[in-house]
Amino acid sequence: MVWRDYQKEIADDHFFYVRSCIRQSFFPGSEQFFLHLMRDVLGKDVYENPSHTTCTGIGYHADVVPFSTIQTVIARHYALMKEAGYKNIAISCVTSFGIYTEILETWKHFPEELEKTREYLYKATGREFDVPENVVHTSDLVYKFRDQIAAAAKYPLINKQTGEPLRVVEHIGCHYAKIFPKYGVGGAEFPQVLSGMIESWGGQVIDYPERRHCCGFGFRQYLVQANRGYSLSNTVKKFSSMKAYKPDLVLTNCPGCTMFMDKWQYTIKEMEGTTFGDNGESIPVLTYEELAALVMGYNPWDIGLQIHMVQSEPLLRKMGIEFDPSDKFRTKDGRQMPIPKNLINS
Amino acid sequence: MENYLELLKQDIRFVEGLKACMNCGICTAICPAAEFYDYDPRKIVDTVQKGDNDDIEKLLKSETIWYCGECMSCKTRCPRGNTPALVVMSLRTLSQKLGFFTESEKGRQQFAIKRTVGENIFKYGYCVATYAVRPDMHREQGPVWQYILDNSRDIYERLGGKIDELGEGPLRKIPEDAKEELRKIFEITGGTELFETIEVHSKKKAAEMGLQFDDEGIDNEYFIMTFTSSEKKHTY
Repeated sequence: MVWRDYQKEIADDHFFYVRSCIRQSFFPGSEQFFLHLMRDVLGKDVYENPSHTTCTGIGYHADVVPFSTIQTVIARHYALMKEAGYKNIAISCVTSFGIYTEILETWKHFPEELEKTREYLYKATGREFDVPENVVHTSDLVYKFRDQIAAAAKYPLINKQTGEPLRVVEHIGCHYAKIFPKYGVGGAEFPQVLSGMIESWGGQVIDYPERRHCCGFGFRQYLVQANRGYSLSNTVKKFSSMKAYKPDLVLTNCPGCTMFMDKWQYTIKEMEGTTFGDNGESIPVLTYEELAALVMGYNPWDIGLQIHMVQSEPLLRKMGIEFDPSDKFRTKDGRQMPIPKNLINS
Repeated sequence: MENYLELLKQDIRFVEGLKACMNCGICTAICPAAEFYDYDPRKIVDTVQKGDNDDIEKLLKSETIWYCGECMSCKTRCPRGNTPALVVMSLRTLSQKLGFFTESEKGRQQFAIKRTVGENIFKYGYCVATYAVRPDMHREQGPVWQYILDNSRDIYERLGGKIDELGEGPLRKIPEDAKEELRKIFEITGGTELFETIEVHSKKKAAEMGLQFDDEGIDNEYFIMTFTSSEKKHTY
């Protein structure tokens, strides 16, 4: 349970959905599973307008997009939401989520910024907007409905070979609740959004010294090749700290964190031969939708685990998931595709 | 000479980010950048708070202001409710407006970011998209990345993607009228002006450094230098 002061109000239905640049590029199956879960399994109304764009958040946090500009881009999304008759927004990206919350707080403390944004948006597009009633990250919704997922679990987070709970590291994107704790489930100090899922689905949450350290994205510190030592070093710090606790998987709620903690494990292995999992393996890094889908018994190759650099077969075996290796690199209509070489754990 | 503190105060992120700093250093203790760079956010906030114009100008031309990763962890921990990262963000904005950013190796990298992520926004309607992540510039993506690029349509189709097609779905093509609205927003709100400012000062710097500069694209010496060069010592 989360203490009352750390609860977050999460609406039950009727969401305007906005995508993430990084998630739709690197984890498209996660975004689609979220929509399937909400619409087809839980019977919720989630609307996507194809005309919504990037929030420009990566540009903003790399300091090439001004604050006035990003406020107005967000306002355009609110205008599309108003035009479609929605008052709740579900945001796929943690960087975007941080920006939406930063802007809401800015408009509360500096009402003149809200008025200026209204003028800018009207001048640029002729559109008008309302401030949303409920702002949630998509992981908030999976958290909210975690027990319904648990009730439908085919493969709970139990090691089938030992009968013990799987050991799960949860990593929450910094911009989810470090900027404005009140917008996150459990705030910045006691975040429950992922640990709540893990416990509900039968796993054991691992605590370790660098649990709340940044994954190392650092925006310009990754985007520019010359700076990537910063990004990689922070990831090494995290994985070195968690290694002794023998995690079976890492669960994340942030697009960048998922990608970096997956790809930097490959890089570290290439550079130094270092791995952080058992038996010289690397640790699978999953999104919360990927994990929910596995727990519910979906085909791992329909949600995209095969396009990670660190492959998930060790985890699938521990969970006792029956999977078809020959289906892994096939097209939607079953045609065999080329098989990539040198993926990790495969 | 401009009064830099007054210019900073025009940025509401600066007003929000700096109330009164007591120099406790908790921001530096929690900072991922301070661990690996020769970097101390406490000192930046202290310098700005003291208000010495010459010292602030040095800061605006320094490597220091470009080390922060904007993770915002300092926001959570400051006992006085300051946000050193917001102070840094306002310094970076001012450094670019005044053309000071080209005085430092790390500052010059703004050109590389503008020509990649910045221009992606207008080209695709996304900051990042699969087809804009070149394996030769992103070797950390590993062999799976070239595989994804070689088989994009099949991979995204199986996973429910809509790569480069109109309609709903991951990586859908952003309609032209939506991209046009983005461009107008950038024009009206100062986004286009910031892009142009980065271009003008970068071109000037390229000439000073004797490096080839093209008005478009990333296959020129100045881009390659700003994207890859790390000649100064930035760590402890």
